[in-house]
Amino acid sequence: MSAAPGFLDRRGWIWFLAIGVVLIVVVPLLNALPASGAAVRLPDYLIPLFGKYACYAILALSLDLIWGYAGILSLGHGAFFALGGYAMGMYLMRQIGTRGVYANAVLPDFMVFLNWKALPWYWYGFDHFAFAALMVVLVPGVFAFVFGWFAFRSRITGVYFSIITQALTYALLLAFFRNDMGFGGNNGLTDFKDILGFDVHEQSTRRALYITSVIAMGGVFLVCRAIVASKLGRVMLALRDSEARVRFLGYSAERAKLFGFTVSAVLAGIAGALYVPQVGIINPSEFSPANSIEIAIWVAVGGRGTLGGALVGAVAVNLAKSWLTGEVPEAWLFVLGGLFILVTLVFPHGLVGLAQQLKTMRRLLPAVGARKLAE
Amino acid sequence: MTSRSATPLLYLDGVTVSFDGFKALNGLSFVVERGGLRSVIGPNGAGKTTMMDVITGKTRPDEGKVFFDGTTDLTRLDESEIANLGIGRKFQKPTVFENLTVFENLELARKCPRGTWHTLLARLTGTQRDAIDRTLKTIGLTGREGALAGALSHGQKQWLEIGMLLIQDQQILLLDEPVAGMTDNETSLTAELILSLAGERTLIVVEHDMEFVRNLGARVTVLHEGSVLADGSIEHVQSQPAVIDVYLGR
Repeated sequence: MSAAPGFLDRRGWIWFLAIGVVLIVVVPLLNALPASGAAVRLPDYLIPLFGKYACYAILALSLDLIWGYAGILSLGHGAFFALGGYAMGMYLMRQIGTRGVYANAVLPDFMVFLNWKALPWYWYGFDHFAFAALMVVLVPGVFAFVFGWFAFRSRITGVYFSIITQALTYALLLAFFRNDMGFGGNNGLTDFKDILGFDVHEQSTRRALYITSVIAMGGVFLVCRAIVASKLGRVMLALRDSEARVRFLGYSAERAKLFGFTVSAVLAGIAGALYVPQVGIINPSEFSPANSIEIAIWVAVGGRGTLGGALVGAVAVNLAKSWLTGEVPEAWLFVLGGLFILVTLVFPHGLVGLAQQLKTMRRLLPAVGARKLAE
Repeated sequence: MTSRSATPLLYLDGVTVSFDGFKALNGLSFVVERGGLRSVIGPNGAGKTTMMDVITGKTRPDEGKVFFDGTTDLTRLDESEIANLGIGRKFQKPTVFENLTVFENLELARKCPRGTWHTLLARLTGTQRDAIDRTLKTIGLTGREGALAGALSHGQKQWLEIGMLLIQDQQILLLDEPVAGMTDNETSLTAELILSLAGERTLIVVEHDMEFVRNLGARVTVLHEGSVLADGSIEHVQSQPAVIDVYLGR
């Protein structure tokens, strides 16, 4: 009946809950219960790795929401991810306290090294988790809102929008590289000790962070699903077909886009904040333009315009990346480029659409054969 | 009340639009009465579509003003604001949302608050569904509501777009070549529909098809090189030597 997806049906909920139980209960138990070295035990290093994938999946969902549905290709989404990550990193830095190399109770090591005497004003409040958590959503959100307000009001669309988002993330990359910005320059923020009083290096903390990331992934999936199933979601789909028609129907195309873009940036920021304590570092390389392009590739490989596709793409591409960069590191970039070409030319609906495509082909092929026979 | 109904609903005053030195509209002045039906004809490049672009806010004129209901200057508003004042438009090339179903196209067009939050939280009620079903019947698409609009025939897309205008419940309907690509049967049905709406709503129909314009029997305005060349009944304008020269080519 409906071209735009509804909210989850019964089967959808069963899948959602089943996957949730496996990821939240089974995976951590497989790591925690069996004795170290047992064959069924999930190796420790896999937990933060899976946690990282969950963060990437959130990031992919956030991009798919605006690219797959409203047709806005942001190639600067890595910037919002990194901003959320820096906000979390600043909290983690303040938790180090006197355990730093210079044992300064207030100033992070890099500030002592730069001979700074006092904490810059924009670091105030980051010793409180609640404040940092607020900044994780507020900073990317406000940033995206202001940027989007100017861009959409000036009717910047399509490839021009993609290019200025690349410029945006590149500008932030250069800014965060500077030592006098007060974010640790080239080295970024690292050497974290505690999060909420728990040692980030403890396996139990890592499991908790992993579980939190998976729950966040589920939550973000439901939020995105609710948006695309709403009437606003249909307006976003309509924007992709004919922006002019949307305007002449009396909807503000700018506001619909701004809403999607801002929500998307907030979700990306949350992904970044969950990512940082699990990898133990945030530095300006997260702003690099190539990172943002990679996100678009995950979504394209999985199948854009389907939220499940974004999840599958983020996990599949990153699994391949983890494996290949270990086995044949020099091949990875070629594989990534090749994947993008393949997705564009051969299976435009991504992995999720591939199943459907194969089914259609199998149905058509015997028909072709039969016609040949008839001739 | 009397003074209100005496004000023309739409008044274009000396509107000029130029694209790279070419004047698409050249001091165009034009009055449309409330509840009127007006046909606009003219050769290619006469400025018919540009005129619609100016009224609906797509193009901002270099000079001149466009008054809606006597006081509101449309040249200061954007497309969605103008649409929300009650001016609807059908494009020359049928423009529907191809990736949405017929039903969803009408759902988005249906008159209701257009705010972003409102749209996010909107749910269709039973009466609203009935209104959509009635429109489906009017445009002859009952039973096709679940089909993707992109899968419709050309004529059906034209009708869907007209249906979207109807359910949008606008005061002024601007129809740019509503019967282009329609069969004779569809064309006469469209003429009937337009005539049934006149009086209740104000319609401006841009057309190439002279037979169709004749069937509408409405007042005709002939545009040429961005300004009005002749105005009056179809018989009157067809007898004007200037019109014969530039448009009818006889």
